[in-house]
Amino acid sequence: MTGTRTRTKGVLPGFGLSLGYTLLYLGLIVLLPLSAAFIKASGLGWAAFWHAVTEPRVLATYRLTFGAALLAAATNALFGLLVAWVLVRYRFPARRLVDALVDLPFALPTAVAGIALAAVYSRTGWIGRLLEPLGIQVAFTPLGVIVALTFIGLPFVVRTVQPVLQDLDSELEEAAASLGASRWQTFRRVIVPHLAPALITGFALAFARAVGEYGSVIFIAGNVPMVSEITPLLIITKLEQYDYAGAAAIAVVMLVASFVLLLLINGLQHRARRGEALGA
Amino acid sequence: MTSATLDTTVVTTERPAVRWLLTGVALAFLGLFLVVPLAAVFASALRKGIDVYVASIAEPDALAAVRLTLLIAAVAVPLNMAFGIAAAWAVARFEFRGKRVLVALIDLPFSVSPVVAGLIYMLIFGAQGWLGPWLNAHGVKVVFAVPGMVLATVFVTFPFVARELIPLLQAQGSEEEEAARILGASGWQTFWRVTLPNIKWGLLYGVILCNARAMGEFGAVSVVSGHIRGQTNTLPLHVEILYNEYNFAAAFAVASLLALLALVTLALKTAVEWRVARRHAGSVAESAGPQWVKP
Repeated sequence: MTGTRTRTKGVLPGFGLSLGYTLLYLGLIVLLPLSAAFIKASGLGWAAFWHAVTEPRVLATYRLTFGAALLAAATNALFGLLVAWVLVRYRFPARRLVDALVDLPFALPTAVAGIALAAVYSRTGWIGRLLEPLGIQVAFTPLGVIVALTFIGLPFVVRTVQPVLQDLDSELEEAAASLGASRWQTFRRVIVPHLAPALITGFALAFARAVGEYGSVIFIAGNVPMVSEITPLLIITKLEQYDYAGAAAIAVVMLVASFVLLLLINGLQHRARRGEALGA
Repeated sequence: MTSATLDTTVVTTERPAVRWLLTGVALAFLGLFLVVPLAAVFASALRKGIDVYVASIAEPDALAAVRLTLLIAAVAVPLNMAFGIAAAWAVARFEFRGKRVLVALIDLPFSVSPVVAGLIYMLIFGAQGWLGPWLNAHGVKVVFAVPGMVLATVFVTFPFVARELIPLLQAQGSEEEEAARILGASGWQTFWRVTLPNIKWGLLYGVILCNARAMGEFGAVSVVSGHIRGQTNTLPLHVEILYNEYNFAAAFAVASLLALLALVTLALKTAVEWRVARRHAGSVAESAGPQWVKP
């Protein structure tokens, strides 16, 4: 849509200035500092680097961080789809208020979310008190990490699925119904395949966000090494011990993971957009 | 005609019982994960009475944290706003090689862990960092001081304005600007009189989100702050200190200020979305909405 409109080099000014400033600022604020992590870690040499990123305590943090992020993103995929569905398809009181509230995890500072969740899920908290007799402990266990990551990832799936659901042509569903499909069959065979790219993108976004999350987790996690310690916290621990190279090495692992996720998400969104364009 | 409409409504929705069940489960999920924690902040803040609440906020360290939070946002947000406008102008108005890479790189800070964002500035400006010894010799403090906290905040809020403006400018096309130029307007006149009025709502939207994150950032700022009470404590860091001292009433009182900020942010953001949707019930509303979500 915009490709043909932007052949305007002759008329519009400011190309050199705007691009130059963009590249300079990007380089100084983002690229140069990020390269510092790689350079610092490479100073360790391969053997020391490998040892630093595969120590048992570090491996335990990967398992918790990536495992909890995966479970939280899966929870959000399921409930996010449900929330998006209810917000788009049904009418109920205060629907627009609920819709606006979905973005709360984006707007609420993570430290506030962290202490609030810790308070609610502690043994004496509003929800923790109800779970205690059932033998379920959330605060200060790995389960608490999953709860916090579910909170911060909640809007991603809703906000990626919602617009696609809104634009979904009802003719498809009518056609399926007229061909004899039940409502559940229509949902599974027609609607879900249509939503799949957005759903997977939302899942990946929630997962990527959860992997790097720090503020909301540390208050509820308990932070016991080997049990409830997340990777970002271990980076901070290494920094406090003045082990800058060790911290940089773990940071490199996290950066590579997030680059891979970013590429994946970009690919997904590119494919989803192309699919939309072809479909329309 | 009427019977056809009736039929399609029946076949493209669910039975009332299913509808109520799904709505109930969705609202219960949101209530459990959003409303209960939010309510807990205010309830815990006021549990020891309004006097304790006011005293916790009016205390000198808390006020210093408010001032520092405002100061950091006042520097970081305009910097990223200027960058966002420049980046959007370059990307949406010109063709050049590597544009897709550039757009992906602009989004990069969103996928970097806040802790890593703080760490990279420690590696450059810290005592063991590249520039640390030189800065030390010249008496300049970057980390464990305000400049480092501003830098870390700029990093984590880097993409907010740019990612709102890029799709907006692309969707609007450049006919109006070209017309202004052909009619004799200078480059800056075109920008101030044509481009800026066209993008002001998207810009405001990006600034609101950027500001909320700048004031609420915890991980990145925590790494470079050094946690010096009354000096390098922002509001979120002050909440952490109070909480770790088991001073829960004060921690939640300060946290309630940040929760209020979040609610104001949501209200403003929703107001902008509604306004944009009313004005052009089409392309612009779309680009103002879901951009926040992308990585």
